[in-house]
Amino acid sequence: MIELDYTLRTVALGAAVLGLSAGSLGTFAVLRGQSLLGDAISHAALPGVALAFLLTASKAPLVLVMGAALAGWLGTLCVMGITGRSRVPQDAALGIVLSVFFGLGMVLLTWIQARPTAAQAGLDTFLFGQAAALVGRDVVTMAVLGAAALVALVVFWKEFKLLLFDPDFAAVQGFPVRSLDVGLTTLLVVAIVIGLQTVGVVLMSALIVAPAAAARQWTDRLWGVVVLAGLFGALSGMAGAVISASAARLPAGPTIVLCATAVVAVSLLAAPRRGLIAEAVRTLRNRRLLRVAGTLEDLYTLALGHADPHHPHPVATLRTMTARPEAVAPTLDALRAEGLVAPVGDAWSLTVRGLAEAHRLARHRAPEAAPPPR
Amino acid sequence: MTPQVEILLICSVTAAACALVGAFLVLRRTALLSDAISHAILPGIVLAFFYTENLASPLLLGAAAVTGVVTVAIIEALGQTRLVKQDAAIALVFPALFSVGVVLIARYASGVHLDTDSVLLGDPAFAWIERLEVAGRDLGPQALWLMGAVLAVVVAFVGGFYKELKLSTFDPALAAALGLAPAAVHYALMTLVSVVAVGAFDVVGSILVVGLMIAPPAAAWLLTDRLPVLLGLSVLLGVASAVLGYGLARLGDVSIAGAMAVMAGLLFAACFAFAPDRGLVAQARRRARQRVAFAERMLLVHLLHHEHTPEADRECRVGHLQEHLHWAPALAGRAVRAAERSGAVRRLGADRLALTEAGRAAAQQAMVG
Repeated sequence: MIELDYTLRTVALGAAVLGLSAGSLGTFAVLRGQSLLGDAISHAALPGVALAFLLTASKAPLVLVMGAALAGWLGTLCVMGITGRSRVPQDAALGIVLSVFFGLGMVLLTWIQARPTAAQAGLDTFLFGQAAALVGRDVVTMAVLGAAALVALVVFWKEFKLLLFDPDFAAVQGFPVRSLDVGLTTLLVVAIVIGLQTVGVVLMSALIVAPAAAARQWTDRLWGVVVLAGLFGALSGMAGAVISASAARLPAGPTIVLCATAVVAVSLLAAPRRGLIAEAVRTLRNRRLLRVAGTLEDLYTLALGHADPHHPHPVATLRTMTARPEAVAPTLDALRAEGLVAPVGDAWSLTVRGLAEAHRLARHRAPEAAPPPR
Repeated sequence: MTPQVEILLICSVTAAACALVGAFLVLRRTALLSDAISHAILPGIVLAFFYTENLASPLLLGAAAVTGVVTVAIIEALGQTRLVKQDAAIALVFPALFSVGVVLIARYASGVHLDTDSVLLGDPAFAWIERLEVAGRDLGPQALWLMGAVLAVVVAFVGGFYKELKLSTFDPALAAALGLAPAAVHYALMTLVSVVAVGAFDVVGSILVVGLMIAPPAAAWLLTDRLPVLLGLSVLLGVASAVLGYGLARLGDVSIAGAMAVMAGLLFAACFAFAPDRGLVAQARRRARQRVAFAERMLLVHLLHHEHTPEADRECRVGHLQEHLHWAPALAGRAVRAAERSGAVRRLGADRLALTEAGRAAAQQAMVG
């Protein structure tokens, strides 16, 4: 029982570390419109893992992670080279690098598997990841790499921020934009290779994008997005690891990704200003306000044709003046509640306050077309 | 037919179908929707498989097509909220759907002939085992018939809606104005991509299918500017990747699908480097030629400037060009040779240069632009 708890604690801690680093470092990629670069990098890392094993015959986490990082980095350079030197657009370049590197990884893995030594067992966990196989030294490696990348992010915060928001200005100010670009991409590569063993090359890109996409909905400040994305990532990682451990046959990688997706869904819906619910409420309220103002102005227009501005007009007349006749009656009730109109028999007339308000609205809309009330 | 020939045929037909739909994805700059679709159709396939328990059932094609179209619709709806960018929308949607598929398989399908490795990786080496038998007669591998049918559908679609595809790819606004319904064409194409992806996932898996859809058309695009030629070349390069990849796989006893993707990548790299007009080598040669041509004109202007002046004898020497114009000796030599060849410059003695009549005219022309 203690043994199990220890394993679960290790796995949950590892998943939290990878979620934290992927979320915070992925923020820059997402905000720069490079969400799919992470997908290409994580797939491109596979042949690096295989080659690192082939060359060193070691399965030490640091060795494999280094191989993965080198290959992922090389893949990024290929994407940059293809888009810079040919008419092939970036999305096609990403797709080519992604699948060709992955194909090479498959070739190398099958080649290794055909060798007589059976020491290759476990390399294919990099495909889908295997959180349960995480041990203490894996988590330490992940934590050290992630901490190093985060320190680099903090040290070059100002430069990276400038690169993100205004690369042209950064270049004019004499910042080494190209080196900064490569540096930021390197941090992304580090964030990705940290998670490969746990989540796998296929799903790792989701952990780069999802926390940042969720965090972006809650705040407009860069440091806020980075911190929140790290938090969301860690939370998704930990929750996913615990949920997958508590049910039979529930793989950790997909569970972590689904947790992160849930965070995104909640953020998209419920974020206070940008969220879809807030947006819908705002739209409804604006629509109501427009209707109220419209009916008030219709009454005012009718009143202008009479010597007495408080001359009442029937609902039927007002209905002919609007695109939504069925909304006139409830709108009039709402206006009466505010003391702007008053019923006179079957008809409605502007009150004194209603007349003033209607004139204010009309003047606001078209100053020269609104004579003062008589 | 031997299994080897059958496998080769299956791979070639798959590659051809992928390349043909992929060409339009690459040209429309929606290449990565193939990545999204090929992953996101997994839950559709799994659910249909639970229902039919047969991986070659046509119902799987239908389910995959529906899932693929739904995926694209979700991605576009998410992008239209403006809350996330379009590329982030892709990166959010397909891993989530793929995860749902993986979880479904792990929870409810362990032990049956459908595991995540085969979906992700595919393996043409076993594609010939399931046979299509009608009335006791062996008509060949099921996969070959399936992919053949998929290829036929793709060819029929591209042939039948060629005009619509072409116009909506290169000028969607005009296509809409002419009533060619670019949105309908878009979704029809996405349906087709889904059908090809599900047909191919058994053979090459959902990741390498992306390579077969994108790499051959991207390579073909570097070779030609004409759509019919591009389509033909894409199919040709796709089939070549399949054949070469199969050869490589047999040679090294490695994953056939992986080797096909590697070959597709190598063919792309070859086009990237050596394409006649747009390759790296052609670009470098063009730049070198332009440099010499520019240097030649500079030389003529230089000679004209110092002609009939007291220092002409000093300025108009080959050796002096390096000093005065800061040219490397090699460039100076090439420029002088080029000018001599075109008859703009003649030598007075070993080192001294002078303009000919034609050279004087060319120099004056160069200065007025």
